[in-house]
Amino acid sequence: MTNTAKSNTLHFGLLFFLAIAFLVLPEYHSGNLARIMILAIYAMGYNVLFGYTGLLSLGHALFFSAGMYGLGLTMHLNGWTPAPAFVVALLTSTIVAAIVGFLVLRTTGVAFMIVTLMFAQAGYLTILYFGTYTRGDEGFALQQATRQLIGFDLTNPSVRYYTALILFSVVLLLLAYLVRSPFGRTLVAIRENEERAKMLGYNVTAIKLQAVILSGVISGASGAAYALLFGYAGATFATVQYSILPLLWVLVGGAGTTTGAFFGVLFMTYLIDYASGQTNAYLIVVGLVLVAVTLFLPHGIVGTLRNKYAGWLP
Amino acid sequence: MILSTCGLTKAYAGVAANTDIDFDLPVGQTRAIIGPNGAGKSTFVGMVCGRIPATRGNVSFDGTDITTMAAHERIRKGMAYTFQITSVFQGLSVRENINLAARRRLGKNKLAVTRKTDEILQRLNIANRSDQLASNLSYGHQRILEIGMGLAQDPRLFILDEPTQGLAESEVDDFNQLMKSMDAETTILLIEHNMNVVMAVAEYITVLDQGMVLANGTPEEIRANTAVQEAYLGTGHG
Repeated sequence: MTNTAKSNTLHFGLLFFLAIAFLVLPEYHSGNLARIMILAIYAMGYNVLFGYTGLLSLGHALFFSAGMYGLGLTMHLNGWTPAPAFVVALLTSTIVAAIVGFLVLRTTGVAFMIVTLMFAQAGYLTILYFGTYTRGDEGFALQQATRQLIGFDLTNPSVRYYTALILFSVVLLLLAYLVRSPFGRTLVAIRENEERAKMLGYNVTAIKLQAVILSGVISGASGAAYALLFGYAGATFATVQYSILPLLWVLVGGAGTTTGAFFGVLFMTYLIDYASGQTNAYLIVVGLVLVAVTLFLPHGIVGTLRNKYAGWLP
Repeated sequence: MILSTCGLTKAYAGVAANTDIDFDLPVGQTRAIIGPNGAGKSTFVGMVCGRIPATRGNVSFDGTDITTMAAHERIRKGMAYTFQITSVFQGLSVRENINLAARRRLGKNKLAVTRKTDEILQRLNIANRSDQLASNLSYGHQRILEIGMGLAQDPRLFILDEPTQGLAESEVDDFNQLMKSMDAETTILLIEHNMNVVMAVAEYITVLDQGMVLANGTPEEIRANTAVQEAYLGTGHG
């Protein structure tokens, strides 16, 4: 098998497993899995910038919440239906990512991290400031009656699961295509050696801006899907915690791998789920496991597999 | 002229690295720039290719003033540049390194990119290493790879900043052969310390000293030039 065939088998195999997982898993776990797939979209968006382009952002909650509120507010306040509201969410996150990207790409390294963090905090405070509409930390629920898409009730567990799966599939396959495309290879080139890429004639700043926008839109799509499928939008999702989470997911799963984002979210979700069932001090357990993962799997789950056993892993 | 500079000057906090350099390079020539350490050779080509902003003066490439252009725009006009300190994509395969260089110019035409890459791999005798990571190559092969990335761009002006630095004697001979084979295809601007290389490949030589042009001439003229001997040896006539 060629590497492309292997990579296709991996991606379609994973999607196939997820498609039948709903039929065999208890409802609690399939509900978890729907959430994991949506958050994995967020992690994949983050991975475009961090794993492939080599830019470490600490402000992706801004893009996630731009999508979440882009959809949430248009549905909640304007009474729009999910489909056009989702388009608004994509547009909102595109615009936010374009503006933020344009400004933050003047910085590099630690300054880039700090400036992205500051933009995300400003976004969080903006949501609080317009509390009249956003209901701030408390947030707002999207009424069940409004969460209907072409005759399907998105609050129904099976519809929700398969909607999540469809979105997840689209983004996973897009990412799989992207990383093999010339654009994706250029992102990796910038990650590997920015100066060399520039001196091959690539407009590094413009390409990085495109990566920020793409990453922001995918993150925004995840935020919008989250609000739509789980019926809630709140300022918690704009806090720094939600900027750190995708970084952790991607690091645990494997930065710069297509499937690492999914396995990172899966691992972290069940780690927290299990540990919090055992003890109130579950964060200590989570912290220790993360330290262990960093020590023994420095390239994350999929990244380590790639380095040791399967160099073809995309 | 493929490349001309006029009054090109670089000052770092008041210290002049290059002062009023007027330089003309005709199409097709292989030109070496030589000079003692700290003469300002790298600064000069840095300003030519846009990595270092000039304090004042102009650079024109093939008749167009490129003084205000960003580095990547200058490269797109038909320059290629190899770094003094080897700079390849360490984490990518040899083939992918060359692909990246070829693809920028050939764009989405996959077939053309593959053909170009294969041609370069063959020409540089590294086809059998094409799937290796660049980081696993020997130092000499990494240098060769970087030159290959330059060739893959089919440059009209190829700037090489001390390409033989750190190469073994046999590798230097191979490099000389490669330079001669490139001679007919492109204009070459070569910064070089190794005088054997310079005398073997250069058609014309520019000598820099203390940030200024000290002499221009054919290898024979430069060899006989007493000012050059003084700059290099710090002595009078040898």
